[in-house]
Amino acid sequence: MTALESLKSSAKAAAITCLSFTAIATTTLTSSAALAWEPTKSVEFIVPAGTGGGADQMARMIQGIIQKNNLMKQPVVVINKSGGAGAEGFLDVSGSNRNPHKIIITLSNLFTTPMATGVPFSWKDMTPVAMLALDNFILWVNSESAYKSPKEFVDAAKTGGANSFKMGGTGSKQEDQIVTAAIEQTTGTTFTYIPYKGGGDVAAQLVGNHITASVNNPIEAVAQWRAGALRPLCVFDSQRIQLKEPIAEGKSWNDVPTCKESGLDVEYTMLRGIFMSPGVTADQTKFYVELFQKVRETDDWKDFMAKGAFNTTFKAGDEYKTWLAQAETTHRSLMEKAGFLAK
Amino acid sequence: MESLVNLMHGFGVLADPMNIVYMFVGITLGVLIGVLPGLGGANGVAILLPLTFSMSPTSAIIMLSCIYWGALFGGAITSVLFNIPGEPWSVATTFDGHPMAQQGRAGEALTAAFTSSFLGAFVAVVLITFLAPLIAKFALKFGPAEFFAVQLLTFCSFVGMGKESPFKVLTAMMLGFALAAVGLDTVTGQLRMTFGSVELLRGFDFLIAVIGLFGIGEILLTMEEGLAFKGKSAKINSKVVLETWKQLPRYWATAVRGAIVGCWMGITPGGATPASFMSYGLAKRFSKNGAKFGTGEMEGVVAPETAAHAAGTSALLPMLTLGIPGSPTAAVLLGGLLIWGLQPGPLLFVEQKEFVWGLIASMYLGNVVGLIVVLTTVPLFASILRIPFSIIAPIIIVICAVGAYTVHNAFMDIAVMLVFGVLGYIFKKLSYPLAPLVLALVLGDMAESSFRQAMLLSQGDLSIFWSNPLVGTIVTLALTMLFWPVISLAITRLRPRQATKPAVSLK
Repeated sequence: MTALESLKSSAKAAAITCLSFTAIATTTLTSSAALAWEPTKSVEFIVPAGTGGGADQMARMIQGIIQKNNLMKQPVVVINKSGGAGAEGFLDVSGSNRNPHKIIITLSNLFTTPMATGVPFSWKDMTPVAMLALDNFILWVNSESAYKSPKEFVDAAKTGGANSFKMGGTGSKQEDQIVTAAIEQTTGTTFTYIPYKGGGDVAAQLVGNHITASVNNPIEAVAQWRAGALRPLCVFDSQRIQLKEPIAEGKSWNDVPTCKESGLDVEYTMLRGIFMSPGVTADQTKFYVELFQKVRETDDWKDFMAKGAFNTTFKAGDEYKTWLAQAETTHRSLMEKAGFLAK
Repeated sequence: MESLVNLMHGFGVLADPMNIVYMFVGITLGVLIGVLPGLGGANGVAILLPLTFSMSPTSAIIMLSCIYWGALFGGAITSVLFNIPGEPWSVATTFDGHPMAQQGRAGEALTAAFTSSFLGAFVAVVLITFLAPLIAKFALKFGPAEFFAVQLLTFCSFVGMGKESPFKVLTAMMLGFALAAVGLDTVTGQLRMTFGSVELLRGFDFLIAVIGLFGIGEILLTMEEGLAFKGKSAKINSKVVLETWKQLPRYWATAVRGAIVGCWMGITPGGATPASFMSYGLAKRFSKNGAKFGTGEMEGVVAPETAAHAAGTSALLPMLTLGIPGSPTAAVLLGGLLIWGLQPGPLLFVEQKEFVWGLIASMYLGNVVGLIVVLTTVPLFASILRIPFSIIAPIIIVICAVGAYTVHNAFMDIAVMLVFGVLGYIFKKLSYPLAPLVLALVLGDMAESSFRQAMLLSQGDLSIFWSNPLVGTIVTLALTMLFWPVISLAITRLRPRQATKPAVSLK
């Protein structure tokens, strides 16, 4: 509307002097172009993971929010490209130069897949848009077990001898195994790591006592906590989760201590962020940053964040890039020490 | 009794006219999704998930689960008519369903498939209604060793009885295992046999292989044999449904076995596809007509369909009560539950009574509606075979190509499908069996990761497979099945020997 109004005023100005007309018209045109980039066809929203997982849920949630609140004129189409631990999806985006109609949601495989498999891509091959949230990891044990704190758990793992404790997780050489490796590196214990297909499987295996512990995301295990089958020991974030609503046994997420404050010095969170194709213009990136800011303001999104006990930090631009560079270094050093790097 | 009261309450939820509308919409969409190969229930539900965002969770799950029921029914249609499994779990349906269509009995085959699907689903729903909490706990007993035992049982109940030479069966199966190994190894996180190719990263999808091997392979064969469907002369008889129903009670034992296998595989959760194979294998072994399986036996359609639908339905139970998806479609529905703000888990049945019982009631009604919808279309679908081959074959190839593309949105998959088509043709010409290849492709991946998870747990000790009565029983049963031909041979040899011994001593 502002563009139109200024166009009208510039028309008036044209009646006065020809020179000023051209001057104003030029500024109007450039400013309207800067404001108005928006998708001209449907936007592909790539999920570098299978249907039903955490990233897929979030992508479809965002798709639903955009549709319900009319945040964009063009439709969003969610496409799963999970091949090679997500490499297929990332290569699709990094290989599509200057395509503003393709965005991708990431999980930790943004860093871990190229390092573990040797498939050549990096976050630098894409255009970072925004960090939507950070997914938390929690150390869970079966509620029948005797361990009430991370210290008791680690001590028992040490006295039990190497590999006596079985840690279940999603996938191999991905976030869950990296957290496990970080625990091993800090405490000097060794676990037997058992990779499963999905987080729900891991939680159920822990309830069934097939494994000793897990580092499930909150949303994957909360139902079992509420049912009294699992017990959270600590959260691997730098701060406690800011949700004080009671969940089970009168305890809230906020009552779960951080691992660091309870003597297990390991910190890890998983990026839920958005990237675009390389070579897109600043306007195009800006459109998506603003779109996701609008998504974040909806009640549906806030609800979703609370249900999954996410860390709701939002970052974009340089701040996001700095975070990414640091996260990449952390992953590399953890994976190098654990011997997970592809030869 | 409490279950009954709850169920009645559930039907009350369904009485909302909008929910009934959603149910019909869901079933119809589902049948269409089922008919199109490649566009599976999981993809279909995932695509429609955001649409349900503004509905109430109960209406949303009713519509989405009805899509699932529809897809379960619809998968059989193309399997019978064109030898193209519309869904993975209808592969076993092609073994006898398609020969029946070739003999001009497409209507009977479809009716048998739909009716036994319904029966399987019905048994599973009754089980969910009355035994849900009990059964949910049983699923928790399943660790990697138990999963491997179940997969081994599936293999063993299917293999070790074919008419083909063991060498050919073994070759086909090994090829299947090799193809299943391509892509990411989930246990070590390493890439295998991708040779640096991006296209090979996603491995060989079972669905694409099946569309090629069965669908395209069949068309190539038909072209060679004279550009006409064998089932062309099929009489279109509107009474075919009733006439088939008269024959069906004969196969009650197979249907009951199929339903039990299906429920068990759905709950543990093994999935609908292995369930259909296992049920077919067991039926072939234990039926009096076992030798005739593969030549158009109605029993060979009843067995896999009952099991697939029972498994597909009961797979929702571990999803609701434990948050473990028993099938890919259940995985997407699970995502849906979380998006709608419901937490699947032990408390769902306590806290969200309206939702849970509305869903269970919709399972009853949805399957009845589904059965009516698909049965009325039987004569219609059967008459498709009367269309000249030269018109329908190009359409089938296009549908197959679209189907192969939609699995992963990749053009390369269409080429892969065509290669599999040629492979299927060669296999048929050289009379190599396709079933072991397909079975190895679908189960190879799962069985491998369960086996290796179990080995990690036990630090490489094989005795984990006899570490508790549950896993021990299943493994022993599986091995007995596998070596049954040898065992039965030994028994029959031993007997005459005992009989002839006195004769020898007399001499």
